[in-house]
Order: sequence, then structure tokens, then C-alpha cells
Amino acid sequence: MPPYAGPPVASRQGDAASPLRLLAYLALAITLIVLDDQAGWLSRLRAQANVLVQPVWALAGLPGKLGTQVKDNAASHGQLVDENRELRNQLLIANARLTRLQTAALDNAQLRELLNVAERSGLDVQLAPILDIDLDPVRQRLVLAAGSRDGVHIGQAVIDSGGLMGQVIATTGSNATVLLLTDPDHAVPVTVARNGVRLIVYGRGDTLELRDIPLSAGVEVGDEIVTSGLGGRFPAGFPVGKITALRPDDSHAFLVGELKPAAQLDRGRDVLLLRPGAAIRIPPNLRLQDEAGGPAAPLPAAHEPPQPDPSAANPTAGGASPANPTPSARPLEPTAPAAQPARASFVDPASSARPLQQLGGSAAATSPVVPNHARPAESVENRE
Amino acid sequence: MSRLRDKPWVLPVSVVLALLLGLLPLPALLQPLRPYWLALVLAYWVIEAPDRVGLGIAFASGVVADLLYGGVLGEQALRLVMLTFILQRFRARIRFFPMSQQMLAIGGLLFNDRIVSAVVHIVVGEPTLPWSYWWAPLLGMALWPLLFVLLDAVRFGRRGR
Repeated sequence: MPPYAGPPVASRQGDAASPLRLLAYLALAITLIVLDDQAGWLSRLRAQANVLVQPVWALAGLPGKLGTQVKDNAASHGQLVDENRELRNQLLIANARLTRLQTAALDNAQLRELLNVAERSGLDVQLAPILDIDLDPVRQRLVLAAGSRDGVHIGQAVIDSGGLMGQVIATTGSNATVLLLTDPDHAVPVTVARNGVRLIVYGRGDTLELRDIPLSAGVEVGDEIVTSGLGGRFPAGFPVGKITALRPDDSHAFLVGELKPAAQLDRGRDVLLLRPGAAIRIPPNLRLQDEAGGPAAPLPAAHEPPQPDPSAANPTAGGASPANPTPSARPLEPTAPAAQPARASFVDPASSARPLQQLGGSAAATSPVVPNHARPAESVENRE
Repeated sequence: MSRLRDKPWVLPVSVVLALLLGLLPLPALLQPLRPYWLALVLAYWVIEAPDRVGLGIAFASGVVADLLYGGVLGEQALRLVMLTFILQRFRARIRFFPMSQQMLAIGGLLFNDRIVSAVVHIVVGEPTLPWSYWWAPLLGMALWPLLFVLLDAVRFGRRGR
């Protein structure tokens, strides 16, 4: 193997570079490519190297940071006042929604208790700024300016106000790399919000793709896709995208769908990282109202959007709370044979974080439903 | 061309700057047009200072770039080694080309580099870049004279050669 830095003598001898050295370096490069691609042995080395790379990333992120700073400074007083007013209004609306949702969540927890199901573990979120740099355009990655020192760890789900963005795949002290949904290496287990059909979304570079949709599944263009929680990496109920096109695949036995991501996957300023949080506690004075039929029953019904009627029989929940069409117990439509009505073991997260999705201004009418439909699938997850 | 007044710090600084320029955030519309700065800078050094920059440095900076950009490890190393080798082979001719021909040669090299990259991606099974990225060599070609003059000016001081 040749010495690392080319010795001056070699390139002095005429202008023709020696093909032997070329071959050696080419072989080395190809070995690296193969090792990196196939074996994954280099991942440890890469993790080490990422630590070295970190300051360069920070340096490269400076112009972006400077740019936003300049933009911030250049904003006029009038603009700021306007923005402030708008944000305050949004906050007001979001808070109002939040209270409604809290009631619903409480109600839900209560019903769970009635059904003797396990308490859900809550979810908490952490804000992390994006480091403004462009990585390899083939791979869809983001670098966060928060790392293991801030409590970021590998495997955390990353969301923004619109929906799921991806997951953390590598961390160093002060940086974390996020694999975006659209990366070709990425796949998410999802369900169709409307009918609970469970599918998998694959990344396709800059769009998302749903593969192997059964023709009989009744999936249509415009369907909302949410995470199913299968596999345990992503909590259930987060919007992933909306189907924009459907076409038959090569075998003509299945459909292939194209998805528009729900989250804003190009650079924003901040993202949210999910982490386990405190579960919803039922205040003791509410605990004894078991037989009352649910005092808050009208509330969830109020923001139940115009949905196809959950007319199917409700075997699990029917006896327990007849007055309340609580979504957690709603069975799926028959199109999803594997998804049974809610089973007795919910260890479902996602309740405390759900209001956060609302903050970003996703459609108010539709999003509260979204988690509900996904829920039956969670029970499947827990059965595994 | 006297090498006596050559400033030794220009080489590492230019390579690091090229690496940083590759990471610089661009608006989504301009992203496909991002020239391959590292290749341009290395091409300059291979042509102008062949005793300092050879396959070794090309390989090393390629590996560093792969780590920085998070791509397939070794891909850019391969591309840059190829580019450097071709340049070394034809250095004697390219050096004395008029600028317009030099530009064409560099454009051809960058285009070839795109092909190599696409081949690597196909072999590894990664998706290739969209077609809009094939415009980047043209921009790199257009930037070559600027870069050449700039690096020369920095290297030999303000008076030029």
C-alpha cells in the first residue's frame, strides 16, 4: 500500500502518473464503499469520525445561523407587532383546543380504567434546533444542533408541527443526525386513518411511497396516513402524509401509492423530539364516577368530526360505557382483517404529545380523529 | 512561474473552504447547481502544484468529504482519485491550454465525475440524483477561470504572477 500522502518523487517522474498507485487507491476506495455498504463494520468508525466532523459542521452552520440572525434583526417593528399578534391569537386557539383535548384525554384514561387496561405511558417533547447545513443530496438527513449532552439518544422519533419527520440515527456530544422519512433507507409502519388498513411507507428520495397496497383495501387518493405504532419505534397516531396518487405495481396485483409528507421536511428552524413522559393522571375525585356514564361524554363527541358512523358492533366497550362513543374502543372496518377491536393491553404513549400536533395549525377538525383510528393497531403491537 | 513566493497555507485553507462550501445551505432551487468545489480546488492544485497534491491527498480529502456529507464512505474518494489521475495524465497539455479549452477540459472532467458517481450509486443500490443535478458541471466549468485566478492571486500575493 502506498504511503498516505503522495511522496513528491513519484509525481516528479514525468507527467504520466503511475497507474499502479491509481489502482491501489481505487481498490482502497472500492473496499471502503463495499464495507460501508455491505458489512456495516464501519459504523463504529463512523461514529468516532462524526465526533471529529462535529466542529466542521458547526462552522458550516454558521452562515445559516448568521442569515437568520440578520433576518431577525432586519425585521421592522411593525412586522414584529403583527407577528406577535398573530402568534398570540394562535396560542389562544391552541390553548382552547388543548383544554378540550385534555378533557378528552382524561376521559379516555378514565374509560381505560373502566376497561381495566394498562395505563398509557405519556410522551413528552423536547425542542431541538436544526443545524443549517446541506448533507449529501442523495441521502435525506438532517443535523440537529443538539446531541447526547442535551439528552438526545438514538431512536428518538422526530416530529414537527405537521407530523412525523424521521428518527435520530446518530448522536455525538452536541449534534444528532436525523434520518428523514424520505430517505431511501427508511420505512415506517403506518395505517390509513380512514379505515385502519396497515401498510408500510418507504422513503423515495424526496417523496414517500406506499407499496403493496391490496387492491381490495379500499385505499383512495387523499387518504391520510398515520403511524401505526407497530414495531415500537414510532408512537402511534402521528400524521405521516396524504396519498397523492395511486397506480398499479408491476404485478398488477397491488397498488403503489405516492405520499406527500405531512411534516415540512426541508429546513425549518426547530424540530420536536419525542421522549417518554409522565402518564395522564386521573384526579381521585373523578375516579369514582365509573357508573355515571362519563360526565365529559359530550365533549369528545363534540369534536368528533363527520366520520363514517362507527356502526359496527362494539364488543369490548359496549358493555362498559354505552353512552360514550369513545374512539379507543371503536373497531376497524372489516377491510383490515388483522386489526381487531381494542384488546385489553394498551401501553400506548402519544397522549400528552398529541396536543402539540395541534399547535402547528394542522386542520383542527381532522387531527383529533387521527390518533383514534390508529389506536386499534396499537393493541396489535402489544400483542407481539 | 516561480514557486519561491508561494504561500504554503493556501493549499490546506482552500481545501477546507471547498469542503465547507459543499455544506453551505442553499435554497432548494439552487441545490442541484452546487458546483463540486472540492474537485475544482483539487484540480487547480494538481495542475499547478503536482509535487504537493497527488492521489494521496485526493483520496484523503475525498474520505473526509464523505464523512462530512454523510454519503457512501469512499465514493468521493473514488471520484476524486479518478479525477486526479486523469488530470495528472494530461497535466502537461492542460496547463498550456488557453483558458477556454481548459474550461472545457474541466467541464468534461466534472461531467465524467457525475457519471462515476451515478455508476457508484447504481452499483451500491442507492437512488441516483435527479437529472437537474447534471447541470452542476456546467456551473463548475463556468467558475473554473474565476477560481483559477483567485487561487493564483492568493497564492502569489496581490501582484499576481
